[in-house]
Amino acid sequence: MKLDCKHVWEHISGYLDHQLDPEVLAAVEKHLENCEVCSAVLDSTRNVLVLTADDRTYELPVGYSERLHEKLAAAIRGGTGSQ
Amino acid sequence: MKAAATTNEAALISRILAGETELFHELIRPYERLVYVTIFAIVKNETEAEDGAQETMINAFRYLKSFRGDAKFSTWLVTIAMNEARKRLRKGKAAAEDSLDATLEDSEGGDYTPAVLTDWREIPLQALEKKELREKLREAVALLPENYREVFVLRDIEELNQEETAAALGINVTLVKVRLHRARMMLQKALVPYLKSGAPFEAQSKAARGGFFRRWLP
Repeated sequence: MKLDCKHVWEHISGYLDHQLDPEVLAAVEKHLENCEVCSAVLDSTRNVLVLTADDRTYELPVGYSERLHEKLAAAIRGGTGSQ
Repeated sequence: MKAAATTNEAALISRILAGETELFHELIRPYERLVYVTIFAIVKNETEAEDGAQETMINAFRYLKSFRGDAKFSTWLVTIAMNEARKRLRKGKAAAEDSLDATLEDSEGGDYTPAVLTDWREIPLQALEKKELREKLREAVALLPENYREVFVLRDIEELNQEETAAALGINVTLVKVRLHRARMMLQKALVPYLKSGAPFEAQSKAARGGFFRRWLP
């Protein structure tokens, strides 16, 4: 199987999630070995995901947990639980 | 460990339902971040997200009895959080700023090709450490069409698996895959200019790059 760049892009997400069928995976890897453009697309997409998973990208407000548990305590005391 | 956590959770839930309501605090502690970020990425406002997270947890407490053990507690919680986020997005003014950009690319026939980098070595590794870049990412996520954003939030921010994501959103796994791919390509496109600019390029050995990428490979 031989893939051109456009087809490789369609498989980027599946590649990153390890979900490609063996035959497609082999073709994608073969293409990536020789194509700097697709390698760059893959790396930048992967960078986006790394950045996304970075805890600093989505931070919790200071005091969030304390306030949450206060509200919960009030709700629990209020007897609004599990009817 | 995962199985142990689930068993522990099931035991906690039984005890809460049997009257030890204070234990609910313990039950939700591992999911405080999950719930907040899920809602924040959709409503894009800290106060709204915090109120929504509180509301989600209180509702989870109120309706705990209706939780069925065949789903994961986290998935059930995310479903409630997602509904809370949607509700707030609809009624809030956030909806107004969202709709325009979102609908532009929300047709199924859109262009989901990535941005092509002519010289991939232009991506400075240090760029990932930049605060501005994280800001740009949050903005780009906020501009995704709602359907894509929901999938992206659950899969790539919260790291739920495909099945859990499908269950939480009430869609099938194929649709999860398609929307996730499109969301990622849109974000790649949006972020590439910022990945390229910034610190002066320093020559990197292939070994150094390899080391860098290996850190995040599962």
